[in-house]
Amino acid sequence: MNQIKKITGFVWMIIAPIVIFFLISGAIQNIGNGNKDINKPIPWIIIITIFTPIAVGLMIFGWYCIKGEYDHQDDNQK
Amino acid sequence: MLMAHDDTKGIGKVIFSSSLGTLIEWYDFYIFGMLAKTIASQFFPEGNETTALLSTLAIFAAGFLVRPFGALFFGRLGDLVGRKYTFLLTLVLMGGSTFLIGLVPSYKSIGLAAPLLVLFLRLVQGLALGGEYGGAATYVAEHAPTHRRGYFTAWIQTTATLGLFVALGVIMLVKNNMSDASFTAEWGGWRYPFWLSILLVGVSIYIRLKMNESPVFAKLKVDKKTSTNPLKESFGNKANFKMVLLALFGAVMGQGVIWYTGQFYAQSFLENTVKIEFIQNREILLWAIGLATPFFLFFGWLSDKIGRKWIMLTGMLLGVLFYRPIFGEMLRSADAKEWMKDKVILKIDNKKTKTIVEKLNADDSLSFITKTENTFEYKEMSFIEKRIDTSIFVGEFVRNNAPIPLIIDNEGNTFIKYNSKPNYSDVILSSQLKIKFIFLIWIMIIFVTMVYGPVAAFLVELFPAKIRYTSMSLPYHIGNGVFGGLVPFIATLLSTTFTSDPLVGLWYPIGVAALCFVIGALYLSNKIDKNIND
Repeated sequence: MNQIKKITGFVWMIIAPIVIFFLISGAIQNIGNGNKDINKPIPWIIIITIFTPIAVGLMIFGWYCIKGEYDHQDDNQK
Repeated sequence: MLMAHDDTKGIGKVIFSSSLGTLIEWYDFYIFGMLAKTIASQFFPEGNETTALLSTLAIFAAGFLVRPFGALFFGRLGDLVGRKYTFLLTLVLMGGSTFLIGLVPSYKSIGLAAPLLVLFLRLVQGLALGGEYGGAATYVAEHAPTHRRGYFTAWIQTTATLGLFVALGVIMLVKNNMSDASFTAEWGGWRYPFWLSILLVGVSIYIRLKMNESPVFAKLKVDKKTSTNPLKESFGNKANFKMVLLALFGAVMGQGVIWYTGQFYAQSFLENTVKIEFIQNREILLWAIGLATPFFLFFGWLSDKIGRKWIMLTGMLLGVLFYRPIFGEMLRSADAKEWMKDKVILKIDNKKTKTIVEKLNADDSLSFITKTENTFEYKEMSFIEKRIDTSIFVGEFVRNNAPIPLIIDNEGNTFIKYNSKPNYSDVILSSQLKIKFIFLIWIMIIFVTMVYGPVAAFLVELFPAKIRYTSMSLPYHIGNGVFGGLVPFIATLLSTTFTSDPLVGLWYPIGVAALCFVIGALYLSNKIDKNIND
């Protein structure tokens, strides 16, 4: 089980930059192409600003998984 | 004051005072969103770039940016000065700003000052909401006996749903007792729900002032063991920070999207995609919420018996598996185009037909653009069809008095050429179909109760007492405010990009919940931490 936890850590680390890439490319494609919220720059700026540290958090989470920080998690949560 | 953790004496009062305030905060936050159209017309008129910008900021900044900051600011305060006074302060800020929104004159009266004031007050609302939940959940959990912590904190969990219930009920009550014009006037009925807030908050503050500090925090204070820098200890200390990340990615992220999809996205889907009529849409939601709310308590209680983890993860998995079938069933059941194909119609009522353009073309043909509105009535449902038809006629013609100009050509045949774009709206379901819709929404809110009922106890048990308020507030508000709050935005983004599938927007909550399920299943513990005093 601990081995699976470590291996999947790589997956979480990869997902984070992919999410940011899709958000930035989504912003480039949609801003100015209509009148919906997804076509305005402000929502995208706010969302990318708030999602970037979250994505960095997911990368750190993945790194902790690889380092075995969550092994033996069943012993105690705290 | 409750000190013994197997003692339930006085817990009812603790739950009531905490839940009432939290319910009012949710009520305050929701009425702004529910009255968004009226608020936009009063404060953010169309055609003005500055007000459009302020409107977008009011919607997005309050939900996404300010709530996590509120969690950090008030969480820190709650770990420094105590739970009681911090969540009292959030209540005052929330109630005060809601009441003041109801007092701001419209854009017509005071110009740009109106949207600026409303934006400011909305940001204060977001900030206060960010600080309320962590305080209330911590306060109740720290009073609750160990073996019933899930059940007692589940009362706090009902408030987010009951707040929506009360907000919907108050708005419908006001709206049903006056004309549309009176409701939407500058000082009309739409302001009453905002004014009501001050009364509700007053009562709640009075009750909360009489409460004691949480016994766990009071003991920390006496022992001089409170944190001196909760932010640093929560997020700068690796042992705690890794639990913050686990709480976010293994539990609250999935809980946020399940909650938002079942309770909010479902409502907007019924209104904008299925086109259910305004009042009936809210009736369906009210029934579903009312019937599902006891299950928050049930799953909170069950989590005390079998652990929190698998109940929450099962709720996520059920959402992943059943969202598309449930939403698809709602779409199919009330699809006007399908009903027109093969069902026996009872009545067609032509409300109006109006020729808006009539012109002679260069080739001697004649064009009409005609607006038509018909009500179609079937046994199981009725709906309004609005269409704009273009008819082009060539050759000799005579006109009669039919609603759509009827043309007879040289051979005596009627000749009408349509280029129609029918638009269906105001779908009203029969009782039988309405019950089916209530059941489908109810199922989705049951998923919400599974993920949301045990989550407060789960978060409280994950973090040490001295930094609990700070540590649990941030992941909670990122999970709910950011991941959950983004459901409509990402759904619009997906449905604009992939236009062939009307359910494509669901892939966002399904994807996030699936990811969270896998992380939670792998890394979370199902053990209940009996000692939350450490």
